[in-house]
Amino acid sequence: MLNTIRAIGHHIVNAVWRIGVASRFFFLTLRYSGSSFRRFDLVIKELFSSGVMSLIIIVVAGLFVGMVLGLQGYETLKRYGSESALGVMVALGLVRELGPVMAALLFASRAGSAMTAEIGLMKATEQISAMEMMAVNPIARIVAPRFWAGVISMPLLAALFSAVGIFGGYLVGVVQIGVDEGSFWSQMQAAVDFREDIMNGIIKSLVFGTVVTVIALFEGFDAPPTAEGVSGATTRTVVTSSLAILMLDFVLTAIMFRGA
Amino acid sequence: MSPNALVEIRDLNFTYDKRPVLQGINMTFPKGKLVAIMGLSGCGKTTLLRHIGGALKPTKGYVKMDGQVMHELDQDGLYAVRRKMGMLFQFGALFTDMSVYDNVAFQMREHTDLPEDIIHDLVIMKLNAVGLRGAQHMMPSELSGGMARRVALARTVALDPMLIMYDEPFAGLDPISLTVIGDLIRRLNDALGATSIIVTHDIQESLKIVDYVYFMAGGVIVAEGTPEELRACDTDFVHQFVHGEMDGPVPFHYPGVDYHQDLNLRARHSA
Repeated sequence: MLNTIRAIGHHIVNAVWRIGVASRFFFLTLRYSGSSFRRFDLVIKELFSSGVMSLIIIVVAGLFVGMVLGLQGYETLKRYGSESALGVMVALGLVRELGPVMAALLFASRAGSAMTAEIGLMKATEQISAMEMMAVNPIARIVAPRFWAGVISMPLLAALFSAVGIFGGYLVGVVQIGVDEGSFWSQMQAAVDFREDIMNGIIKSLVFGTVVTVIALFEGFDAPPTAEGVSGATTRTVVTSSLAILMLDFVLTAIMFRGA
Repeated sequence: MSPNALVEIRDLNFTYDKRPVLQGINMTFPKGKLVAIMGLSGCGKTTLLRHIGGALKPTKGYVKMDGQVMHELDQDGLYAVRRKMGMLFQFGALFTDMSVYDNVAFQMREHTDLPEDIIHDLVIMKLNAVGLRGAQHMMPSELSGGMARRVALARTVALDPMLIMYDEPFAGLDPISLTVIGDLIRRLNDALGATSIIVTHDIQESLKIVDYVYFMAGGVIVAEGTPEELRACDTDFVHQFVHGEMDGPVPFHYPGVDYHQDLNLRARHSA
């Protein structure tokens, strides 16, 4: 019994300690971000790795999620004779929730895990130590450009996910099932509010982008320099990021849309 | 600090997890000389190198590089001193996302405002010095172990450092690459007028090129001298090390319980 309590206590202390170290890592990243803006080509290179290379998975997933929303939404709305509101349902579902959340989950598993593995391997092969010995700060040179690339690319990917998803909903709802095209688009245009829906969706994706990228970079930087260490860190990135996204989504939704 | 010394280590002690790793180390690295630190794996050589580079803080004592105590420097001061240093890591530690050219140009781009055409000429000269000018467009994954080490060497001396440190530069190399790297280390040291420290356990190759040797065992210096003095040294440990003998002060068997007891022979015999 005592051992169990001790083990639980140890896990809690360890978790709090890691959150503290990760927070310090985040503030150091912000502190050493100056060079990323002075040499924006470094950020652009990482934008390609994390953003552009995630395009295919985002577009394909967005299309299918939108198509499923179109089908399910039509079946539900038909019961209440509101099929014409399909566009509103698809658009609000995507812009407010599914776009930011799904894009962040996909970003964590594709780009986040790649960042962790890359930095973990750089550590294991002494590339980070070599950089430090060359008097080049690895937080400024390796971490900060990747961080800003993640923060910039996340809202763009989420917006793309939502746009493609809406097109998927249109394909199923209008082209396949035969919902009126005019009401699909016009009701969507009338019901979706720029500040209330789109801006809040963008804020969500910015928060998710920051959290996922910091977790991925921290796990890579903190990974034990072994094959097992890097694989464990990669797994932790995906698991921790996914849970953080879902928990933060609830918190942000409660703040943004409560009573709206 | 002696005016002729670039690096001076005095009474250096380092304890990790209550285990003494370095104890009372005193060393002097004169300017322009090539000095080897030798010893078995785990004797504290690399830890010592990390103290010289300012990556570790000593428990007691100090490392002075060019008149500055390394562990007293803040990050800016440490980086300023490190710009005068170059370090070759055991397996090169080349940046795998950059070509050979970009690896060598890395420090020039980070620390200088030189125009790209000057950087180009400097990189070509450095690569030519290690015989790999023709490999400038290759990626690190396309290089052999020996080539990677030579590119790393070109990168190490990219900004003509005062102090060059080598961490096991001969590990895992074929005989030709071994000779090439050894020869390059000596030639680059003399051509640049630098001071070099080689941490190695490759006795034969390093004794050919170095000016002075420190022998370490168990975190202390057990012998020192010129290569000739060490070849003639009759200390048991140095003799075993220089001649590669299997048993001696460094035993073949790791300490454990009695062999017979482990095989359960006495118990069976009495039964």
